[in-house]
Amino acid sequence: MSAVSPNGAPVSGQPGVVAPRAASGTPAVLSLTGAELRRGERVLWSGLDLELRRGEFVAVLGPNGSGKTSLLHAIVGRLPLSAGTLLIDGRPPRRGSDLIGYIPQQRAVAPHTPLRARDLVRLGVDGHRWGLPLGGRRLRRRVDELLTEVGALAYADMPLGLLSGGEQQRVRIAQALVTDPAILLCDEPLLSLDPHHQNAIVELLDRRRRAHGTAVLFVTHELNPVLPLADRVLYLAGGRFRVGAPDEVMTSSVLSELYGGQVEVIRSHGRYLVAGAPVTYAAGGARS
Amino acid sequence: MSTAVWHQIFNYDDYGQVLALVANSIVAAAVLGVVGGLISTFVLMRDLAFAVHGIAELSFAGAAAALLLGVNVVAGSLAGSVLAAAIIGALGVRARDRNSSIGVLMPFGLGLGVLFLSLYKGRAANKFGLLTGQIVAVDMPQTAWLIGVSVVVLLALAVVWRPLTFASLDPDVAAARGVPVRALSPVFTLVLGLAVATTIQIVGALLVLALVVTPAAAATRVTASPRLIPLLSVVFAVTSVVGGILIAVGGSIPISPYVTTIAFVIYLGCRVAGGVRTRNGWARRPAPAAG
Repeated sequence: MSAVSPNGAPVSGQPGVVAPRAASGTPAVLSLTGAELRRGERVLWSGLDLELRRGEFVAVLGPNGSGKTSLLHAIVGRLPLSAGTLLIDGRPPRRGSDLIGYIPQQRAVAPHTPLRARDLVRLGVDGHRWGLPLGGRRLRRRVDELLTEVGALAYADMPLGLLSGGEQQRVRIAQALVTDPAILLCDEPLLSLDPHHQNAIVELLDRRRRAHGTAVLFVTHELNPVLPLADRVLYLAGGRFRVGAPDEVMTSSVLSELYGGQVEVIRSHGRYLVAGAPVTYAAGGARS
Repeated sequence: MSTAVWHQIFNYDDYGQVLALVANSIVAAAVLGVVGGLISTFVLMRDLAFAVHGIAELSFAGAAAALLLGVNVVAGSLAGSVLAAAIIGALGVRARDRNSSIGVLMPFGLGLGVLFLSLYKGRAANKFGLLTGQIVAVDMPQTAWLIGVSVVVLLALAVVWRPLTFASLDPDVAAARGVPVRALSPVFTLVLGLAVATTIQIVGALLVLALVVTPAAAATRVTASPRLIPLLSVVFAVTSVVGGILIAVGGSIPISPYVTTIAFVIYLGCRVAGGVRTRNGWARRPAPAAG
């Protein structure tokens, strides 16, 4: 698995600050080898090799239906691979593993949903256990700590439905950090946030991985808040994929090859614009 | 005429003696209030109000069939409920598919119930009671049954409380944390079926929602605390049903109008209080949010 060793953060906004990536000698927190995932007849991806190391930030890009979320589901043990191996800290995936934190898409929360910010975090602490929610002072302190870390303590007692999208995502990050996971899986956490909040969320995750060595696998459609921080990109499209530094993957020739059609990548002042790529990858060409 | 009607509604001449006669009913009602109050918090979280109605109609059909066959009415009602819960559980999790199927199921159940009742030659009060609730002066049937089933419901809720909350409010993360989100859905529908079947015995099939939806709907208007909501919800449900009985024993009309009215008034009060709280920013927010 010498495939692609992460090179220095190519377009990092903070020169001189290098992510605490371990040398390629340290064991990967996540490793996929020859991995394939099928949904029915369709092959989402196959032959996927990827190693995620401590503190590494990998952006997972690609059109809808290319199997990005399914990859996350495979990692949390909700979907079995149809071929190949997937190891998390050297072991097969297990549902409910403490090694993994999961941040889902921001979704509209009804205003009278019986859930405050602190309760959402609390669910992450002990919501998976049977029985009644009898919590003590220690539990409350832990929840406060987590909310403080993401800067959400000020609205700990607000109902989730009354918080803004950006505030909700902060709370979701706190929830995902409950087990002090080795890997954070982010499934489009920036969806429906404005650019200001998008940057704030990405920076929060970036700080975390630098301070704690948490590896981040970040599924997104939003290139620009994420690519400057990403060590590598996994681009999924049409049953094919490409892994590499953002500079190597985000080029017209690579994306044209992945999509099997003319795709233009325009770079300007460190920002990327992809033109001609279909938003949804229609089934059909995905058979490998 | 009007005094006659009034006398029918309120007549507290021998209140003390009547109260002694219905003591059992009050105990059973209080237990059902606790069940209704707790289960309604999950009905609200899972957006199952319509399913409650669907289960109630089939439960009614089961009870009517039992009445016709001369077997235990609570057992018949439970059988109908469990059948409905199994069907609704099998319909899947997506609300849209579920609701249209329930809409199909509901009138069929109600129609069956009407058929069985029209074939039944017994007391008219029994018939009417299944739809709109018992007249309290009539001894409540099978109190032990009701309490037994209620205890089962409460125990089941106590076991699944945390994962069910997680799965209901945050299904994606719950699944990632290893909560059996899919398996919990039919489990809860079954527990809900049991709760509905017992509640029907007091307020009737048509008015079940007053005890299995309204209490938590009122509570969530004034608080979002996961401790206070079930607590308030239970207080509201018990107040509605016990209060309904205490008023109803003075007259000869069923208890359900009293129960539903009390529940509704509580809900209105909570809406007003919640509106005020929302206008005031709900909770204290010391620092402006950074994002």
